[in-house]
Amino acid sequence: MATFDFNIYNLVNSQAVPPDWPGGFWWHWLFFTVVIIGFVLTLVMGVIYIERRGMGRMQSRLGPNRTGPFGLLQPVADAVKVLLKENIVPTAADKLVHWLAPVIAFAPALMLFAVIPFENGALLADLNIGILYVVAISSVSTVGIFMAGWGSSNKYSLLGAMRNVAAIVSYEIPMVLAIVGVVLIAGSLSLNQIVMAQNVPFVLLQPLGFLLFFAAGCAEINRSPFDLMEADSEIVAGFHTEYSGMKFAMFYLVEYAEAVAISAIIATLFLGGWKGPILPPWLWFIIKIILVFFAMVWTRTTLPRIRIDQLMAFAWKFLFPMSLLNLFITALQVLAGWPTELAWVMVIVNIAVMVVMVFIWSKFFFRLGGGRLEA
Amino acid sequence: MKLERYGIGIAKGLTVTIKHLLRHPTVSQYPEQRLNISRRFRGNELIWNQEKCTGCGTCAKTCPQGAIEIVTSTDAAENKYVVEKYEADTGYCIQCGLCVESCPYQALYFSHNFECAKYRRSELVQGKEKMLDTPERKVSGYFYPDKAEKLPEQTLLIEKITEKR
Repeated sequence: MATFDFNIYNLVNSQAVPPDWPGGFWWHWLFFTVVIIGFVLTLVMGVIYIERRGMGRMQSRLGPNRTGPFGLLQPVADAVKVLLKENIVPTAADKLVHWLAPVIAFAPALMLFAVIPFENGALLADLNIGILYVVAISSVSTVGIFMAGWGSSNKYSLLGAMRNVAAIVSYEIPMVLAIVGVVLIAGSLSLNQIVMAQNVPFVLLQPLGFLLFFAAGCAEINRSPFDLMEADSEIVAGFHTEYSGMKFAMFYLVEYAEAVAISAIIATLFLGGWKGPILPPWLWFIIKIILVFFAMVWTRTTLPRIRIDQLMAFAWKFLFPMSLLNLFITALQVLAGWPTELAWVMVIVNIAVMVVMVFIWSKFFFRLGGGRLEA
Repeated sequence: MKLERYGIGIAKGLTVTIKHLLRHPTVSQYPEQRLNISRRFRGNELIWNQEKCTGCGTCAKTCPQGAIEIVTSTDAAENKYVVEKYEADTGYCIQCGLCVESCPYQALYFSHNFECAKYRRSELVQGKEKMLDTPERKVSGYFYPDKAEKLPEQTLLIEKITEKR
């Protein structure tokens, strides 16, 4: 650790000016729009492959292995299949809303990538309120999903959409509070500068914040074990029950594009984004995205779906107070200005604080139904 | 103290799934990779030995489904029955094995074959010529231990997994 910068809490001024790359404003805009769309679509395909094969192997199956070498062409085959399928719209559906819903759900997933840096300064728009933009935009896809539930005129669709809204409203709060901890340490809202500030990945300085953000992020994009809105054992397929063909494909795409986006945000906020030795920055970034996504697949395969009361209790009685405490402790640490020579002590202290807090809270304070229900 | 509540249970579950990821999956990819079926397998077809059959019709009488049809005529010169028609409707067969067990002259066997799907119900009816013991229609060891010994030993999926792990 020769290059380790001990000045971890005061990095506001250590930023370089991002290069204006590759040219003027409109060229920059065109280049990054094309790059982002290509990047997201390619990565979604790769990620679907990883999810299906990885999940298969974890469940002692093989997963799709017939199409192309090692089943690599399975996402392509699925896309072709779904494009050729009939597009069915229910007679009683609100046609315009039903048609618009997948588009409105899909746009924010792409828009999130506008502020995520692929390299130093290589991003569509280096907003100085980057992470606030992410928080604001990521909730917009809920509108699309609720439109899908409402426009289908199907009770299961509506139930799924309502569950989704309830989950997103609840989990937004711990998610934002976990982000604030990172912002306090980095001293900036811009994602590029948050990455620049990470001489130590923030997962070490904010272990509790990382766990909170990971859990809340999984709930935010409705991945298992929080996938109550499309719980197929209860409400058929949730909000996309009445969708088929290309519009269903859009929702499928949204699901994975959001998963990639959340992985990218976690990688940027907590794992050091594009930073890394030897390999080029963009490759490090992709590797970190895939690592985070693999962790999501891992938890998805392991944990069973939770009940709706557990979902709400987990958000309000566990994540919310824990994120408040995390914010408080982080604020104290930043305010006190920990001696810079003891940065690694800080890491150990923070991990110890996380273990103790999770233990104490789940032992003494976390109760379901006033203690009448087993957690 | 119950530790399952403080994330230890989740950690245990995560180790189980990662162990499954790293070992060989418990599958055999059927059309290409086949497991040997039981030696005493009751196949979907019957196999009939024309030389041993006397045309007594015990199999047809014992069949609970009435799936076997046998028509005989008398050969006065040789003083025996001639089997003119012998048909088993495998669509009705329930693989109970009573016909095989009841045959007094050991002329009827199960086949060791299980891929007998057909497109039409009429194709399920086995005539005489489709009941002979040929290489592609092997005799099962059901009720006949001497036949069973000649068949390959049954393989189980779990054995394949342990040897590949």
